[in-house]
Amino acid sequence: MPALDTIQKLGILADAAKYDASCASSGTAKRNSKGGKGVGSTEGMGICHAYAPDGRCISLLKILLTNHCIFDCHYCVNRKSSNVRRARFTPREVADLTITFYRRNYIEGLFLSSGIIKSSNHTMEEMVECARILRDEYDFRGYIHLKTIPEADPQLVHQAGLYADRVSINVELPTDTGLTRLAPDKDSRQIEGAMGGVKMAIRQAKDEKKRFKHAPRFAPGGQSTQMIVGADTATDSDIVGKASRLYDSFKLRRVYYSAFSPIPDASAVLPLKRPPLMREHRLYQSDWLMRFYGFAPKEVMQATEADGNLPLDIDPKLAWALKFRDSFPVDVNRASKEQLLRVPGLGTRAVGQILASRRHRTLRLDDVAKLTVSITKVRPFICTVDWRPLTLTDRADLRSLLAPKQEQLELFG
Amino acid sequence: MTALQHVKLGTYYVVNMLSHDDFGFWRERARSLVQCDVPPDRVAWVEPGGTGSLFSHGERRMPVPEDPNRMVRASKRFVSLAKTAIHHSDPERFALLYRLLWRLQSNPRMMEDKADPDIRRVEELDKAVRRDAHKMHAFVRFRLVEEGDEPEAGEHYVAWFEPDHHILRREAGFFVRRFANMRWSILTPRGSLHWDTETLCEGPPAQKSDAPSGDPAEDLWRKYYASIFNPARLKIGAMLKEMPKKYWKNMPEAELIPELIAGAQGREASMVAEGKSEFAARPDTLEAIGKAIAGCRNCPIGSLENHAVMGEGPRDAPLMIVGEQPGDKEDMAGRPFVGPAGQVLNEHLAAAGIMREKAYLTNAVKHFKYVQRGKRRIHQSPAAKEIDTCRWWQEAERAIVKPKLVLALGASAARSLLGKTVSVNKVRGTPIALEDGSELWVTVHPSYLLRLDGDAAAEQERLFAADLAAVRERLDQMAEAP
Repeated sequence: MPALDTIQKLGILADAAKYDASCASSGTAKRNSKGGKGVGSTEGMGICHAYAPDGRCISLLKILLTNHCIFDCHYCVNRKSSNVRRARFTPREVADLTITFYRRNYIEGLFLSSGIIKSSNHTMEEMVECARILRDEYDFRGYIHLKTIPEADPQLVHQAGLYADRVSINVELPTDTGLTRLAPDKDSRQIEGAMGGVKMAIRQAKDEKKRFKHAPRFAPGGQSTQMIVGADTATDSDIVGKASRLYDSFKLRRVYYSAFSPIPDASAVLPLKRPPLMREHRLYQSDWLMRFYGFAPKEVMQATEADGNLPLDIDPKLAWALKFRDSFPVDVNRASKEQLLRVPGLGTRAVGQILASRRHRTLRLDDVAKLTVSITKVRPFICTVDWRPLTLTDRADLRSLLAPKQEQLELFG
Repeated sequence: MTALQHVKLGTYYVVNMLSHDDFGFWRERARSLVQCDVPPDRVAWVEPGGTGSLFSHGERRMPVPEDPNRMVRASKRFVSLAKTAIHHSDPERFALLYRLLWRLQSNPRMMEDKADPDIRRVEELDKAVRRDAHKMHAFVRFRLVEEGDEPEAGEHYVAWFEPDHHILRREAGFFVRRFANMRWSILTPRGSLHWDTETLCEGPPAQKSDAPSGDPAEDLWRKYYASIFNPARLKIGAMLKEMPKKYWKNMPEAELIPELIAGAQGREASMVAEGKSEFAARPDTLEAIGKAIAGCRNCPIGSLENHAVMGEGPRDAPLMIVGEQPGDKEDMAGRPFVGPAGQVLNEHLAAAGIMREKAYLTNAVKHFKYVQRGKRRIHQSPAAKEIDTCRWWQEAERAIVKPKLVLALGASAARSLLGKTVSVNKVRGTPIALEDGSELWVTVHPSYLLRLDGDAAAEQERLFAADLAAVRERLDQMAEAP
């Protein structure tokens, strides 16, 4: 087989990285390249430099150092027994590629992950070396996200945190049985142990930063994780429960959900059909409900249907409201912020605007309509001076009135 | 501009803006107009290059306020919105801002009333400008131009961008902070910016042809863009919402989009087809499995000249014995463990006191894998992937028989049950819990005993016998327990 050139390797190793959902570049310390010798800045807000036709943002150069792997996880395209084409970059090649792209304003930085070669420690060393070249030699001040390997020496994981803005460790599957079945080489205790270690290091570095101005930063963008949805039998209830436990115990910035998608050379233990993409979307919505709308995990689980999954045709907030109709209607002129946040169709922004506006006027249905996308969706759950839903809230067919109509797939021209 | 001494009632005033985005100038003019009590409907604001035809006979001289120190109120929120909104390309923006400032004098908290149309409009302008700025940060694409002979020092990065609003000057700082040590220029139809690593210069409006037409790194970037895209998930609407088509013409990667979309459905279909096959619903009777495996071509073994060999034994057997795959004899007989290895197994089972008829016997792989040598078919071990593929059938059998104990003979059988390759010598002799609550015991395959001779054979036979004895003991325990 002829040796691969850079462009072929890039193709293979980017292709292998695309099953990682995260591409965030936000929420890290502010930096810029003034007074340095390299390029790069981070200003709090992440920037999506392009969007792929799969609707996902391209913010970082998301790539594997190598797709050779000694592990044999069934859902993974790079598992040992899969016969995909293999390639390998040196740490310097990845660093150079990052700079080439960054200077042309294609990316915010690098998201580096890797298959396990030789040993977990060897692989982790190579990844840390790449980050070191970027930071120390090229004085790169953009964003770096390193995926750490839970089996590697904690000392190496610590070094990764010193160079990177964010570190992440994938929990991979929502249940332990799923993990044993589909990722037989991984161990949930080891994964959670490593996440706990990172949490401690982040907390300690923050503490030191308060006392000493020049204390080194440790992963100022925090840590995140990812779960694959639809590869095992875990229900949305299980997943929401797992996510909330992870948020609580490891102070994660984000939990990403990645709908299992059929991958070339898939293993027979996996379902061949992908779960509906909508399922992933509903999980993200439930994630939002917990993080920004004051829902407890238990309440999100109450929104699930008999099979433990969130309904696909309506969003989880509407599903909850339909089940707990006695909490509605809510009077927009009097209700508390918490009550308003429960109204389907009112986002955090609309709620903020209602709270501010109602100091100046008594809100009518028209006023609320101006602040929301669709008043039809909100109407059954609110009262205003000139509107009461009367029996609408309790109608048995309310769900079908509010569920979006099935749309024909859009054609692309 | 000379000033009028007194404000004439009923006079229309015309303010000619000196530039498109000069907030300081607007503020100064607006302040004195408010101080002179000139209502918004008596002022026309004209952009540079714009014609105030409606007010062509309006008064171009500014009124002079009687009290230049009179307070003009503006809330913080208003000032911050106005500073952004002034960059919008809507010619009405100056008038809108003046109207808001005018109304603020009588209602200082007006900005909180989000349902007011003027406030909603200024927030729309603010949002549009911030979005345009954000898209500029994202979608500017530099191209490298090498100038002079020195490799590093001669590098000059040039971009062509077409913003919707007057944001070029506003966003200069972002690019300076990010690319402080790089020489770059951003050319737009509304003006241009040049940074030489120390100072920032503004230049006149430019044309697309002034910018370089390509950069070799764009091939790499396009490769990346095409590779990171997952064809199994097409969400064109989501892409268009964030990256509308108007930006595409200046982004090197965008030219790939139509073909990526066209190819996506095909690529996904072929992935599924290659990856595997039409495993329909899992059969729920042993007969159905027997029928289905006969036609199974999910791995290449099924396409050899051979017959599927179904497991045999009672439907409710407490013990399930899993071998590797049928051999030559089994293939012809259509029954498991009837060849030489089967003989060895039978002898040892009898010695351990396990009745073969009471156990369910099957194989990890249902078809015989071989290479033809003359008239003989030589056994070939199945590949990991083939075992994983056939695991589907083994699990279907296990779901029906529901054995309490599974005995795996050899590494292939162990892989079929565990999903990973284990060393038989490391795991033999101790039970491993399976997810359905049953126990897995692993030992060597009896054919292994056939390949040894001398001391090694005796030793391995002893170990095999010991493993079977342990299984027998465990089965007895299980039978006693309720």
